[in-house]
Amino acid sequence: MLMVLLVGFLGYGCASTPVQKEPEIPPKRPVSEFVKKGVKYPIDAYDPWEGMNRRIYIFNALFDQYVFLPIVRGYEFITPDFTQKGVSNFYNNVHEITTLINSLLQFKMQKFGITLSRILLNTTIGAAGLLDVSTALEIRKQNEDFGQTLGFYGMGPGPYLVLPVFGPSSLRDAGGLAVDVVSYSYITGAVMDEADLNWQIQLGVTVLDAIDTRHQQSFRYYATGTPFEYELIRMLYLRKREFEVEH
Amino acid sequence: MRKLLLMLFILLLTSTAWASVYDYPFINGYEATVLGTPSLYRAALPEKIPSKMMELTVFAERKIPGVFWYQNKFRYSFSSQKGEAPLIFVIAGTGASFYSAKMRVLQKAFYQAGFHVICLSSPTYFNFIVTASKSGVPGNLIEDSRDLYRVMQLAWEQVKDKIKVSEFYLTGYSLGAAQAAFVAKLDEDRRRFNFRKVLMINPPVSLYNSVKILDGMLEDNIPGGLDHFYEFWEEMMRRLSETYKLMGYIEFTENFLYDVYRKKGPPSEEFLAALIGISFRISSENMVFAADVMSNAGFIVPKNRVLSATDPLTDYVKVAARTSFEDYFDGLFYPYFASQHPGISKEALIESMSLKSIELYLQRARKIGLVTNEDDIILAPGELDYLVKVFGARAKIYPNGGHCGNIAEKNNINYIVGFFRNERGAGQ
Repeated sequence: MLMVLLVGFLGYGCASTPVQKEPEIPPKRPVSEFVKKGVKYPIDAYDPWEGMNRRIYIFNALFDQYVFLPIVRGYEFITPDFTQKGVSNFYNNVHEITTLINSLLQFKMQKFGITLSRILLNTTIGAAGLLDVSTALEIRKQNEDFGQTLGFYGMGPGPYLVLPVFGPSSLRDAGGLAVDVVSYSYITGAVMDEADLNWQIQLGVTVLDAIDTRHQQSFRYYATGTPFEYELIRMLYLRKREFEVEH
Repeated sequence: MRKLLLMLFILLLTSTAWASVYDYPFINGYEATVLGTPSLYRAALPEKIPSKMMELTVFAERKIPGVFWYQNKFRYSFSSQKGEAPLIFVIAGTGASFYSAKMRVLQKAFYQAGFHVICLSSPTYFNFIVTASKSGVPGNLIEDSRDLYRVMQLAWEQVKDKIKVSEFYLTGYSLGAAQAAFVAKLDEDRRRFNFRKVLMINPPVSLYNSVKILDGMLEDNIPGGLDHFYEFWEEMMRRLSETYKLMGYIEFTENFLYDVYRKKGPPSEEFLAALIGISFRISSENMVFAADVMSNAGFIVPKNRVLSATDPLTDYVKVAARTSFEDYFDGLFYPYFASQHPGISKEALIESMSLKSIELYLQRARKIGLVTNEDDIILAPGELDYLVKVFGARAKIYPNGGHCGNIAEKNNINYIVGFFRNERGAGQ
């Protein structure tokens, strides 16, 4: 299904190249005159693969609309609100393993300590993570991942990259994501094996994880109200990551 | 017994006194406009209400340009009551969608009051320009109101079998308030809705004056001018970093901003004005680019160039970011309307984009009310007095609140809802 959409879409991008009818006339406010050399713009980004990125961005929007969101809406329809909240809390708690590992890798002991106490509190008093008691106690969630760890040790983001389904990223962060996913799956897989869960249940846990992740994300493609959404998201993503690496 | 009665009396008196005292924390119009209403002062509204996003096609024959392929339908929101109730249309402010934060406040307030609610994006909003603007050139109050009236009728067609409606109301904030007045006037001729009551919330008087004020806020408050916007941006990032260190976390909510405000004290007026200016410029960038593409005006994009879904637009963002409303007016807007109405002068066009052009109607239409603030930053000198003069007892003026900063404030929401609920008519 995913491949069909992807292939279909990449083909569409080429087929829709418009046929020029009337000759172009230079505009009143041409780029050549109004975009000055030597002036820096916040919207600028290192995006050498822009053509591909834009296609994947559109693919993601279509995938979201026709596959991902209908599934998420179905999930939201059949489960009561408090169950959804519990599911989100549960997965968020487990995902903090990634923050725990990466805080340690950067020797950010305060973040490590906060995250460890959050996990312990939520797993015990919070009924195996179904309740987020830590946040209620104003022990706020921290956020570290391997992309940030790489950034911490001096690696720049590299080219901007839009990943299928996952969305905005960079070469560095995509590599970081792969490392995080592998280590996370390794740990959670080992725990689930230990608990003697069969593969069907393990798959179910992973699928629900994906659905819950999208359920928690309020972003909707093409709802930002700007014709420059690709540029806006790119700018916000890169800035956000720069900020996260710094802190 | 007498003592008890007295106590009861005092209690009643004080509680009503509490309820009617306007209590809004920011006394500076810029602060109010940026910081909005912190939760302590907000009206109690439901967290979630039933609301459906609706879609419709306004111009069946319109071909949507490839670059805007995803704007294929006009979108609005609809919340319905079970039984018979009034239906209120709400029009968003400049560049805002039916789902903007302020719109959701109004939507919840009216729904809670028992009305059916239809929320409409501003005619200056991207989706509206592409799907529902006849000319593709937004900003003209008369034309935009016709576009609004058209989508209101289509939306009504779409929902009328699902609900029972007793009567029709209309409101809007900011630019949407001015449009509401023009729509109400149009309805006097066409009589499709016969609006029983219309409320204007923080309207501009002259569109041209207001947008010039907003353009100036950006241009006058970036140190060194717009060529140095990047440095200003870096400064904003530095402040964000400082805030993170101060608070330990970042959250983009009005409460968080208020917490920071109380810890750090008010930011400078220049900085706040620049933020308002940036926010307005972003709206106008989106509007100008969409208008340029839709009307093939050859303003920023070369005339006759057909942009596809995957064409890079970064350079156009940069040019649009340097385009003020005045540039838009002179380079696209005026030439377009001059071609439609040969001989119309710039001054006449500007005049037509003002409440003054329908002054007589506003004076006489008892069903139209107004809410605004003395320190509304989009009003030019003398314009507040003008509103008071025209609306008289139908004007509710708060001493502070900036431009729509107090829209979620308890007493203001009570007033706004009460205006429609009150059977005795406007201004009671």
